Amino acid sequence: MLGMSANSVSYNEQGSVESGVDAAQENSSIPASISSGGALKKLVYVYLVRYAEEQQDLALLSISTFQRALKDPNQLIRASALRVLSSIRVPIIVPIMMLAIKEAATDLSPYVRKTAAHAIQKLYSLDPDQKEHLIEVIEKLLKDKSTLVAGSVVMAFEEVCPDRIDLIHKNYRKLCNLLVDVEEWGQVVIIHMLTRYARTQFVSPWREDAVFDENSEKAFYDSEEERRVDQSKPYIMDPDHRLLLRNTKPLLQSRNTAVVMAVSQLYWHLAPKHELSIITKSLVRLLRSHREVQYIVLQNIATMSIQRKGMFEPFMKSFYVRSTDATHIKTLKLEILTNLANEASISTILREFQTYVKSQDKAFAAATIQAIGCCATNISEVTDTCLNGLVLLLSNRDETVVAESVVVIKKLLQTQPSQHSDIIKHMAKLFDNITVPMARASILWLMGEYCEHVPKIAPDVLRKMAKTFTDEEDIVKLQIVNLAAKLYLTNSKQTKLLTQYILNLGKYDQNYDIRDRTRFIRQLIVPNEKSGALSKYARRILMAPKPAPVLQSAFKDRDRFQLGTLSHTLNSQASGYLELSDWPAVAPDQSVRNVEVVEPVRLPYLRLVLNCFCVHVESVSESESKENSDDSNKSSSSQSEKSSSESDSEKKKKTLKNKKLQQQKPDSKDSLNYYLPPQIIQKTLNIMTKYILIHIVLSISTPFFVNCMCSLLHLCVFLACQFDAVSWPVHVSLQASSPVFVPETSHELLHRMTGKGLSAQYRFTRQPCIYGNSMVSLQLTLSNSTDQALENIHISEKSSTGQNIHRFNAIERLEPQASVTVSMGVDFNDSTQAANFQLCTKEDEFSVSIQPAVGELLLPITMSEADFTKEQGKLVGMNESSATITMMPENVSSQSVNRKVVSVANLGVIPSGQENIYRFAGKTVSSGSLVLVSVALKDPDAVITINTEKTVMGSMLLRQVKTALTNSGP
Amino acid sequence: MIHSLFLISNAGDLFLEKHWKSVISRSVCDYFFEAREKAVEPDNVPPVIRTPHHYLINIYREKIFFVSVIQTEVPPLFVIEFLHRVAETFQDYFGECSETTIKDNVVIVYELLEEMLDNGFPLATESNILKELIRPPTILRSMVNTITGSSNVGETLPTGQLSTIPWRRAGVKYTSNEAYFDVVEEIDAILDKSGTAVFAEIQGVIDACVKLSGMPDLTLSFMNPRLLDDVSFHPCVRYKRWESERVISFIPPDGNFQLMSYHISAQNLVAIPVYVKQNISFFETGSSGRLDITVGPKQTMGKTLECLVVTVHMPKVVLSANLSATQGTYNYDPVTKILVWDIGKLNPQKLPNLKGSLSLQSGAPKPEENPSLNIDLKIQQLAISGLKVNRLDVYGEKYKPFKGVKYVTKAGKFQVRT
Repeated sequence: MLGMSANSVSYNEQGSVESGVDAAQENSSIPASISSGGALKKLVYVYLVRYAEEQQDLALLSISTFQRALKDPNQLIRASALRVLSSIRVPIIVPIMMLAIKEAATDLSPYVRKTAAHAIQKLYSLDPDQKEHLIEVIEKLLKDKSTLVAGSVVMAFEEVCPDRIDLIHKNYRKLCNLLVDVEEWGQVVIIHMLTRYARTQFVSPWREDAVFDENSEKAFYDSEEERRVDQSKPYIMDPDHRLLLRNTKPLLQSRNTAVVMAVSQLYWHLAPKHELSIITKSLVRLLRSHREVQYIVLQNIATMSIQRKGMFEPFMKSFYVRSTDATHIKTLKLEILTNLANEASISTILREFQTYVKSQDKAFAAATIQAIGCCATNISEVTDTCLNGLVLLLSNRDETVVAESVVVIKKLLQTQPSQHSDIIKHMAKLFDNITVPMARASILWLMGEYCEHVPKIAPDVLRKMAKTFTDEEDIVKLQIVNLAAKLYLTNSKQTKLLTQYILNLGKYDQNYDIRDRTRFIRQLIVPNEKSGALSKYARRILMAPKPAPVLQSAFKDRDRFQLGTLSHTLNSQASGYLELSDWPAVAPDQSVRNVEVVEPVRLPYLRLVLNCFCVHVESVSESESKENSDDSNKSSSSQSEKSSSESDSEKKKKTLKNKKLQQQKPDSKDSLNYYLPPQIIQKTLNIMTKYILIHIVLSISTPFFVNCMCSLLHLCVFLACQFDAVSWPVHVSLQASSPVFVPETSHELLHRMTGKGLSAQYRFTRQPCIYGNSMVSLQLTLSNSTDQALENIHISEKSSTGQNIHRFNAIERLEPQASVTVSMGVDFNDSTQAANFQLCTKEDEFSVSIQPAVGELLLPITMSEADFTKEQGKLVGMNESSATITMMPENVSSQSVNRKVVSVANLGVIPSGQENIYRFAGKTVSSGSLVLVSVALKDPDAVITINTEKTVMGSMLLRQVKTALTNSGP
Repeated sequence: MIHSLFLISNAGDLFLEKHWKSVISRSVCDYFFEAREKAVEPDNVPPVIRTPHHYLINIYREKIFFVSVIQTEVPPLFVIEFLHRVAETFQDYFGECSETTIKDNVVIVYELLEEMLDNGFPLATESNILKELIRPPTILRSMVNTITGSSNVGETLPTGQLSTIPWRRAGVKYTSNEAYFDVVEEIDAILDKSGTAVFAEIQGVIDACVKLSGMPDLTLSFMNPRLLDDVSFHPCVRYKRWESERVISFIPPDGNFQLMSYHISAQNLVAIPVYVKQNISFFETGSSGRLDITVGPKQTMGKTLECLVVTVHMPKVVLSANLSATQGTYNYDPVTKILVWDIGKLNPQKLPNLKGSLSLQSGAPKPEENPSLNIDLKIQQLAISGLKVNRLDVYGEKYKPFKGVKYVTKAGKFQVRT
């Protein structure tokens, strides 16, 4: 291996490292050195990737090493193995790469997932046929909530499937919220993607009747009117649109110029006009940066300044040219100054231009003269001043300056020739001193065009030209022929002979363009028998009034490209450029961006800890329950009785001992201590707080902090359901809260007759399930009514229906006449389909099924009234079902309405400010979709409204609430 | 995104290439050479060059062209910013970014480039992470490496990349904890012939050198934050707190970094610390000219001006200069046509003056325009805008660090038209 490093040094001496073919010969030792490990691994990787394409067979030898490393316990090794593996451009390993990517995409480490996102692009460029599979992985990774992954996966998205905008919908809000914390390069990519996305999804925030390139002063004067128009048809910005603008704004302060530019272009393309001004300062700030950055930023400012002068007017002086600027920067600044010029600022700008005209950089001086011409045409007040200034320049010593002035004067005169015959005369005088062909041609053209204004001078000029015709440049010759023709038509008496002489010269010119022109002119103006018809119109043809040229900025049409892109810089479409679509006339459905599960973010390893914690506590509680089971045999059989006697403090102590009892007033931490030995609680709490504290200390950055808080809440909820101490304040909007009411009624699962003496009852505890977030927690009471002990009671492994069931641990032995209560969890997947399973004893198997009521598939949540109405506003149309019922008079009281609703469905009561409206909120257990129920009393009727995405559940729930409220009785 | 990178010296020598995707033949650089030739001055090379199949985006720094090859649409600033970041990393690692140092450290350069980009997309650009991955060379280490055959690749696996604070290494330890801040302000100005400011503004940066153990959380506050008109921050700064409280709250990277840059609002009048009396004229006949420059202090807030340098880019026809300076030394380079007058400290009692004659190329017409003067200066212990740091608080760690703030004012792009 030393040989290799020696090698690279020797290439260095040759002037280039990567040119070597010899290096490839060293390749044979590579696979061995990778597997042996060592410090040179990195270099070997560099080398391997570089030469893999040329030395495929040898590269393949190393693949197995990487495959092994992909399973390494260290995330960094897994990541770098994937990185190198995916960089080896050998088509034969495509399936291996695909497999590795799929695996890495579900890795616990976000860093490995990020690497997977990079690998997607590499695989795609190696084998585009894998597109469909890769899109699946991208879809999965887009859901990722880690800031590390976001930028890379959006990059992959842009490269592989930028048209699959549907993949973004669900992740849009998340991306917006993560944006600030994504690394800077990722930010650029995400912002560009979101700009395109937003243009397809939101309606235009720009006033409809406003022309796109409105001038600032117009906007200023129109503001009154604008407001009125706005009032008549109010435009309300989509909250998601606003979210994007709000979350990108802080990034204008980024140190990375690319990020600032990206945000600026986002505002330019998406923000309402009056908010645009905030990007100005940041863009001007970028002008302090490197030359190359200035170049790109100035280009973009040039495009912007054409349409919105007002934005940059206050910063006009920042665009003043320094003599040390590079030429392309000078020209761009000039362009911007020209665009910014208006009646108020023109005098300052012209004074500035005067300095530039004298610049040593002649190309720049010429550009300045053009800029003066532009200003003169755009602002009519200064046309005369400019013209005079330009005429002065005609006596400049530098040829290019003079030539450029002539050309610009020619253009200017065309707009108003009559008043300026003296200028034409002046130019005729200068004519002998001007040598630049373009300038000479321009003067000749002016003479011909306005020969009627200078009747005496024009023929004289023609005379001079006839003398020097043969020595002139081609373009001057053409203009001489033109001038001759025009004079012949207007003043044939004086110029007939001259014209004929020139036409004769032209006839034998070396250039065929001139010969052609001469022939054409001769036929046109000299009447003869053949061309009678056309020559009648010769005067009208040659002397037709010509439209004045429009002097306009080169950046006029650049805005067809998205700002900040390569295509914009080049002013032509670069390969891979994605067109920015026009605003849709009608916004597409906004609800596509709604995310069903607004579950707090949890990090995988946090979940792991939670699981360990669960297991830990479970084992503790299990052992405890065994101890307790002896003395609580009786109490558990008469559990419902006990639970209802919560006020009785005597009994309470007893019931507290029984961990299965769920129904009691939560009274802070004290109740924790009853369930588990105090030292264990102490320990778990310690672990918990330590764990969280460590993370808080490690990373104060906000999202992580939120994560921690969420996990803390999770732990609390978990503790709550374990210990029933549910009084923890839970403030997260969709965080499950404690059930308002838990029904005691048990349902029969297995009758003792069919169960050969084993009977089973179940009830819904209405608590969040500890076994899984999407599970409904159930309590099973098994009793043995035979006179023999039943052994090994368990649920069979094979489940007949699709539901995911968390089985209780097998009960080894159930004594005669004894009963035992166990808890289990079933994922009903938000449907009322029954869960069928086999309850087994040592000898027998019984098919049983649990049919949940729709109200049990919910978990209560708390939120503020305002949040409730906001959420309700989002769930309208299809998602809303309502019914009107006639209420029994005894049911009208708030208590009874509340009681009836919560008894039917596990919902949380929302404190209501209005008297006759009752609100309840919950979320479905599996998918976490919001379920909002409101009951509005209008004596004697009541309107029940249910808003939820799960329409089927909504209508079922509606039916049940309806029945509950119409029935009299408690 | 970024396909390949070529490093080309000012002399047109292609001395390093690196490809992140498939290999692109170096012949693509011919288009660059063509543009380079056309531009004459290296500064005038257009940053974006189109070729039939690729796009070349280049930057010019420290006499090296960094030419990157792009195949598809990409925000050009993205590439430009990245290339500058590469140059800065080299500077950070090797002390300077020049052809020789890059050639000397070619192995580390390759390692760095490999880590900085993955498949053309930036992976690790934070210097703290990179230094964990690849140790910067020191004389001792390179000696040990040559003897033992080991390399600079870090032995431990870097953890910075995994953290949510990628800019800070974990487990930083110092025996003496220090935090220094330099407030550096630059005056950008254009003065016209009569000495009045056509345009003047102040740009500032706060450079920090923070060597603190553990995970300190710092808060820096100003006496007069209202002065700051436009700011940009290192990613470590919490923008929300700036917005609400106008304090800078951050967990610092380890070592040197630029905390923020700012702009003083244009409404404020900018104090111009220096005035220049100049008279440069070229005679119609005799192909000669005269030069007379005097520099004096203006609004210096009672401080002395130091490191005063006047640079004049002479017209092409000026062959030589025969001058005498009352203070400092002058030097005229007839090749680049740059006259540099290094004055040093300005003595207000005895104003420095440079006077003498210029000789022009005989027969050439006299230059149209007088050359403009660029001025460099430095004022210690003063932030010309009046910005003052109020206090620095450290949270999250128990020790009491050494704290220090230094103010410097410099001339930025300070130009006097004549």
